[in-house]
Amino acid sequence: MKADKNKVRSVTENPCNMCMPMGAIVPFKGIKDTMVIIHGSQGCATYMRRHMAEHFNEPIDVASSSITETGTIYGGEANLKQGLDNLIQLYNPQVVGILSTCLAETIGEDIGRIAAVYQTEKGESFSPRLIPVPTPGYGGSHAEGYFQALRSIVQTLSKKFMKHNGINVIVPHISPADVREIKRILELMQVQYTLLPDISDTLDSPYTKVYKKIPEGGTSLEDIEAMAGAQATIQFGEAVDDELSPGKYLETEYGVPLYNLPLPMGIAACDKFIELLHRLTQKTIPEGLKKERGRLQDAMVDSHKYNREGRAAVFGEPETVYGISRVLVENGITPAILATGSKSLPLKGLLQLLTSKCEEEALIMLNTDFSNIRSHCADKGINLAIGNSDGRFLTEREGIPLVRVGFPIHDRIGGQRIMTVGYTGTTMLLDQITNTLLTSKLSSYREDLYQRFYVNPVVSNDEQVRRNSL
Amino acid sequence: MAIRQPDHVFIRERQNSIRTKGRQSQPINCQADSVAGCVSQRACVYCGARVVLNPITDAVHLVHGPIGCASYTWDIRGSLSSGADLFRYSFSTDLQEEDIIFGGERKLIRCIDELVDRYHPPIMLVYSTCIVGVIGDDLEAVCRNASLRHGIKVIPVQSSGFSGNKSDGYRVACEVLLRMVAPIQEMTRQAHHLNYLGDFNLAGEAWIIRSYLQEIGIHVNVAFTGDSQYETLKTAPSASLNIVQCAGSMGYMAKRMEEIYGIPFLNISFLGLEDTVESLRRISDFFGNPLFSSRTEALIEREMAIYDPIIQQYRNRLMGKKAAVFVGGGFKAISLIKQFRELGMEVVMVGTQTGRQEEYDTIHHLVTEGTVVLDDANPSELERFMLEQGADLLVGGVKERPLAFKLGLAFIDHNHERKHPLSGFVGAANFAREVEQTVCSPVWKYLDKELV
Repeated sequence: MKADKNKVRSVTENPCNMCMPMGAIVPFKGIKDTMVIIHGSQGCATYMRRHMAEHFNEPIDVASSSITETGTIYGGEANLKQGLDNLIQLYNPQVVGILSTCLAETIGEDIGRIAAVYQTEKGESFSPRLIPVPTPGYGGSHAEGYFQALRSIVQTLSKKFMKHNGINVIVPHISPADVREIKRILELMQVQYTLLPDISDTLDSPYTKVYKKIPEGGTSLEDIEAMAGAQATIQFGEAVDDELSPGKYLETEYGVPLYNLPLPMGIAACDKFIELLHRLTQKTIPEGLKKERGRLQDAMVDSHKYNREGRAAVFGEPETVYGISRVLVENGITPAILATGSKSLPLKGLLQLLTSKCEEEALIMLNTDFSNIRSHCADKGINLAIGNSDGRFLTEREGIPLVRVGFPIHDRIGGQRIMTVGYTGTTMLLDQITNTLLTSKLSSYREDLYQRFYVNPVVSNDEQVRRNSL
Repeated sequence: MAIRQPDHVFIRERQNSIRTKGRQSQPINCQADSVAGCVSQRACVYCGARVVLNPITDAVHLVHGPIGCASYTWDIRGSLSSGADLFRYSFSTDLQEEDIIFGGERKLIRCIDELVDRYHPPIMLVYSTCIVGVIGDDLEAVCRNASLRHGIKVIPVQSSGFSGNKSDGYRVACEVLLRMVAPIQEMTRQAHHLNYLGDFNLAGEAWIIRSYLQEIGIHVNVAFTGDSQYETLKTAPSASLNIVQCAGSMGYMAKRMEEIYGIPFLNISFLGLEDTVESLRRISDFFGNPLFSSRTEALIEREMAIYDPIIQQYRNRLMGKKAAVFVGGGFKAISLIKQFRELGMEVVMVGTQTGRQEEYDTIHHLVTEGTVVLDDANPSELERFMLEQGADLLVGGVKERPLAFKLGLAFIDHNHERKHPLSGFVGAANFAREVEQTVCSPVWKYLDKELV
């Protein structure tokens, strides 16, 4: 089963991405008292709920308009309206995200119009805010779906607002633990902020005596409304296209200055974030945070020699891939393959710039799949994979250990608690990377050296010398 | 356990799908479309077809549609293979906007050609997803031409998601399987061979049953579809009997094979000791061979001597506990009610995604007064009835698991992802152990204590 690397394939083999509505569910789950309905056949909602439930280990309630054959022929408007009626009755939400699917878009359903008609029919007293987001499955990957929904949320809910000192912090699809860490840093810095979307409690909810169908937490409507009056927006979204960027919208529509930053992964990106907060608020940087930074520096030094042997393949959503790549470059780990299933063009430029000073040219792959990634692993001498659980084939088939970061994590517990941002999160990620390299080395070096120098001492070829003398 | 919230809302359209034994006498509403907005736990036609066909190990399973449908079904099931592993790959035509506008046929043809070139599979199954029917791709014609071009079977699976529910997908899968099976005139009937329908070899379950039957003197010709290959599936008409484990997905197949090939079938179940023993005896009786009967009894005696004491041990710890069941099909729910009884446990709530009327009749007959029976339930109903009925444990799938845990209930994964077998004698013991492991875990007692 050898891959023909020179041929452009039509077929996608072992996908590295999911579809738009899946990505669009996530930001809605980070808005207070929100429910989502997917306008499509019943399976879409169920598959996505299943996928997310496994990753977050949380109940994921997402409604469906359950379009059937009749709906496909005569239109699904009645289904969607009935669906809205029922879900509002069952969940009593403040906001309802309405997502379309490939089916709905292809049969020409205009969810914006249906939502408006529904609202009018219900009259003045009708309370939940409806946010329709067109997310056809063929329109992009889940990464684009995420920002498409986030931008629609901001466009619908923000409004002209009195200027205030608050700072908007817009995050890409990161783990609830990552969101909590960013909030902790903002609080340490005593910043007045609105973080969007806040999945820290909703998708990693504590056990409570009374179960709530919509978990507590999430960014409040009032806070989102006030985003237009903020002093600035910090958006961890350098790889996001302008038309999908919520921060760009707030800048062009309301004049809120946008600072697009990389995710705070790696010391330089964390510094950028902290220094910007300091500059915007004039607040002093607390000693505690400086100590965290010092510990990261200490960890980098402690592990640098082991890390130098790492040759990594990274895959996942654009912002995550960029963040991880920054950590690799800072620590002397070769960023050999950097891949995403998204078509994000900005990511390509960012990665090229980041790796331009590396000894070896990184293989950057957009819109790719795992079959492609795998086919380059041997050539590139990959000994470390970093990304979501779908990379497990690399371990199973190529023997490459996988450090699990991103979404989905479905073959291990605790995907919602993986923390890789901030000085502390970076330190934890780095330790995990180093220890993965050490585990491989320690489990094989006796046998490897015995084979190489005792059993079969042949003259090494150039490539081996180059690799082994690093 | 969590405290029940008083604010439960009822959706009118759902009321006839919920019955409490002893309180309502009219039959339950089932086999109907899901009610929009109710957060059904059901999937779609594609899901049903994919579940049934995916364990065919040497087939290329190509999903024609946008990427999601292939992504969400990539290697998530625990079917084991004794040989090929092509079924663990996820292939998709990954349709883009331009394909939706101009049609996806040309891309599909390219994808089929590439896959034949690269993997030389004996068979390819091409699944249609929601939009394929809508954009007018002629799957049948593309597959027919590809078959001629490559000299292998390329079969369309007409599984557009909206065209029904998961059980309609089962039927689609059965039709596909019937197309794979060879004409009867090419076969010689084998007196002691049977086909084992509705076992997907999750965690090697089909292998366990195969070994029991082998010991009795009966050969499993092929399992539908656990650890099956195209060449062996083709030989299905040579068997003298079909036995059906998962009737929900394969009952139709058994009936059709009886009509077409004259192969009789038996509905059996290898879940739980009681069902396993009874099923082995019925299969053996069918062949009317005294030698088989004596071997069957010897096998039962030996296995019971090993596993019954283990189960009795767990029974002592589980006696009196209450179980809630929400699974895909009716046959599984029925077996579980019996299996919990073996463990001294009562089932207080039982529901299925796609159970049939006759299965609900059996369920109604089996459960005690006051048990709540529901079809196509949603999380709100599951929450309400588990708490109201005082369940200690839920049996379900991945989506139901976190709900049970949030409510402080134990949980059993009875789904296609399972990594240990639940069939046969050994499976019954595994089941008992899993119930004990979750119900009697120390973690629950730490949920009740509050901080001062």
